[in-house]
Amino acid sequence: MNDDAVFRALADRSRRLLLDRLFERNGQTLGDLCEGLDMTRQAVAKHLAILEEANLVSWRRQSREKLHYINPVPINEIAERWIGKFERRELDALSELKARLEKQPQT
Amino acid sequence: MAGDKFVYVTFIRTTPEALWEALTSPEFTRRYWFGVVMDAEWKAGSPWRMLYPDGTVTDTGEILECDPPRRAVIRWQNEFRPELKAEGFSRCVIEVEPLEKAVKLTVTHMIDVDDSRLIVAVSGGWPRILSNLKSLLETGEVVLN
Repeated sequence: MNDDAVFRALADRSRRLLLDRLFERNGQTLGDLCEGLDMTRQAVAKHLAILEEANLVSWRRQSREKLHYINPVPINEIAERWIGKFERRELDALSELKARLEKQPQT
Repeated sequence: MAGDKFVYVTFIRTTPEALWEALTSPEFTRRYWFGVVMDAEWKAGSPWRMLYPDGTVTDTGEILECDPPRRAVIRWQNEFRPELKAEGFSRCVIEVEPLEKAVKLTVTHMIDVDDSRLIVAVSGGWPRILSNLKSLLETGEVVLN
């Protein structure tokens, strides 16, 4: 469990896509995550294992299914390391401004 | 999907006993949880409340299970935002598992409501609380005040 593992796990487009999908809908099985993806089941399973190793994905058994959840705690730790001492409120305001501007239709 | 849930995990270089103390004692929670205090006897069946530093009761419920220093289950309802209170009771499960060099802390928060706003509200807070808790136990300092 270290920063290297987190950065390595995040340095891959497919793994970021899997996190995006869990962020959108938390608690999915391997089968759910494979749906509509241009990846083999084995490839998705391998990516998930790397995300679990980096503690970016947690899981629970529910009856006979293994459900995967996004675990944002390590990302938060990285954020605190460099952002924590700055004014969080200002950063929130900036993120909000960016989100709002990007939502507006382009003219 | 039946209900909504999140599962947060962090690994802390400490002992289960120290972590349990940090999770349950007001002197500790106040330091890493932005002034918040949990008021409970920490045994099954006892009432549980969460308070802001100014005394506002934010959440109430009951300790459903308590097995120090390993596991606690809290029946948890929001009290100060009507739209969250309307969703009724959620369950928060806290699990402490000693590993070789660290202790694994898992916080699972769930509710039988699809697209729960309570789950959205609490899920945003936990990562910061857990990072602060980890930092406090490992270094004696919090990251954010």
